[in-house]
Amino acid sequence: MTQLLLFNIFNGLIVGAFYALMALGLSLILNLSGVINFAHGGFLALGAYIAYTLIPYVGFWGGLAIAPFATAAVGIVIERVLIRRVYGRDPLYSLLLTFGLAYIFEDVLRAIWGAQSVPYPIPPELATPLSSEFFFLTGYRLFMVGLATAVVIGLFLILNRTRLGMRIRAGTADLETVSVLGVNVRMLRTLNFGLGIYLAGLAGVLAAGMLGLQPTIGTSLIMPSFVAIIVGGLGSLPGTLLGGLLIGLASGITTVFFPSATEAVIYVMMGLVLLIPPRGLLGEEGRIQ
Amino acid sequence: MRRVPAVAWTGLIWLLLLTMPYWMNAVGGYTELASRVLVLGLAAMSLNFLLGFTGVLSFGHAAYFGLGAYGAAMTIKYIYPSTPLGMLVGVATGTLAAMVIGALIVRLRGVYFAMVTIAFGQVFYFIAFRWNSLTGGDDGVSGWKRQALDLGFTQINILGNDKAFYYFVLLCFAVAVTLMWLLLRSPFGRTLLAIRENERRARFLGIPVERHIWLSFVISCCFVSLAGTLYALLSNFTDPRALRWDQSGTFVIMAVLGGMRSFWGPLIGAAIFVVLQDYVSSHTENWMSFVGLFFVIVVLFFPRGVLGILRRKGVA
Repeated sequence: MTQLLLFNIFNGLIVGAFYALMALGLSLILNLSGVINFAHGGFLALGAYIAYTLIPYVGFWGGLAIAPFATAAVGIVIERVLIRRVYGRDPLYSLLLTFGLAYIFEDVLRAIWGAQSVPYPIPPELATPLSSEFFFLTGYRLFMVGLATAVVIGLFLILNRTRLGMRIRAGTADLETVSVLGVNVRMLRTLNFGLGIYLAGLAGVLAAGMLGLQPTIGTSLIMPSFVAIIVGGLGSLPGTLLGGLLIGLASGITTVFFPSATEAVIYVMMGLVLLIPPRGLLGEEGRIQ
Repeated sequence: MRRVPAVAWTGLIWLLLLTMPYWMNAVGGYTELASRVLVLGLAAMSLNFLLGFTGVLSFGHAAYFGLGAYGAAMTIKYIYPSTPLGMLVGVATGTLAAMVIGALIVRLRGVYFAMVTIAFGQVFYFIAFRWNSLTGGDDGVSGWKRQALDLGFTQINILGNDKAFYYFVLLCFAVAVTLMWLLLRSPFGRTLLAIRENERRARFLGIPVERHIWLSFVISCCFVSLAGTLYALLSNFTDPRALRWDQSGTFVIMAVLGGMRSFWGPLIGAAIFVVLQDYVSSHTENWMSFVGLFFVIVVLFFPRGVLGILRRKGVA
């Protein structure tokens, strides 16, 4: 029982890390540009498929390094061509646009790589359990946790220590002033979008190794990511991170005791968080109302 | 071009709806398709009560649509085989859920309101999907049929006769739409418009904005769950896809496509969407790309919708 519980807690933490990576990207885009990127799940799947295609040529590590950047490049193109047009308009339009893109993504991925799940190779040195008692502690899982942690630390370093990060944070607070101060807001939004999509692509590559790869892989991760943002508090990136890990853990633990409520539990958490002020763990109350 | 008075447009719409089963075959459709247009049109118009006339964006209306569908289907299958009872339970379930969830989200605005409605919509999807023993899981609720209407002195067979069912749907549609129209003309409806136009000013005038938005949300969900019950009756079946997020998106695109600032716009949007979907899905397997492309094109080129364009040109 303890072992099962530990297994599911650890599993929940990993899934929570996927949610967090995805939700951080969504949050970055939402906070700066006011766009809910419904196609985020599509980008995640794209990242995984690009890695899957590259692995026979450049190996697992090469795929892991290249695919997220390639995904971000696709994201930047789509931002420049399409998403830019709905900035500043009623959020309705950005939702519908990215919603349509999500449809197209899923269909195109299915047309290219097929609807069936494909096996995603992970390097043998990472695939074996480290201990026979705790069979779930494979090197790959520990590696995922480590890499996700490193990436999140890197993200916060970028946001807090670099000029780009400073501008993103300033733009989130007051885009008009930032624009008046001479920052190229168009470029800022594009780079910010690219950064968010990079995180989605990376989450995709990691998730494919654990959950298996099929065209709908992103769709199943995007709703919990919304919940993570809401639970963590709107407008707060540390909150989003916390929210992702918490709902991952919560659904992991629920799996042990009441498996059919695995998905529902995170929405119950969201309801509770919205019911009790300050409505979101680390959010700014100002974002609401 | 000369401006056509609004009464003439309304008259024309009702005339077309009343005669639809008789000309639908001639233009390549069928009676069931006509019923679909009505049902989804009602759903889109209900959503637009909130979206177009209160200015609040819900992206999770499929939840209440689906609750209506499941309420009706499960009542008829498990409790008592009666069409009106099933519809009553369906509408009550959807409305009750909207009352609770509405209370949780009414303080949020704009893009955040949309996001939370999406997320809450998924709760019911997962319940329907996971609770196999009750809801049939992914397979949905089948093995039941809509029942003939018993009026005491006579029975109306809405099961075997497609046209009879169409007129039954039209009757429900007419009642719901008239109620919405009256509500929008009432002081309450005018207050909703005031909130849409300038929430802050409405608040300063002493209008309890939260309560009005909550009421508008509940009314909108009540009618959308009515549409949901009709949707289940239409196909004698319902499954979790009726309450998934992509269904919510479909309602929104119908409202936008037709023109969300006009009362009848969403019905027109629904008609275009339903007919197009019927055509495309019978000709290609990649209908998802078409639907997606359709969303993109509407957003980029027709954001005001069909009626918005007509109005600009001064026709309507």
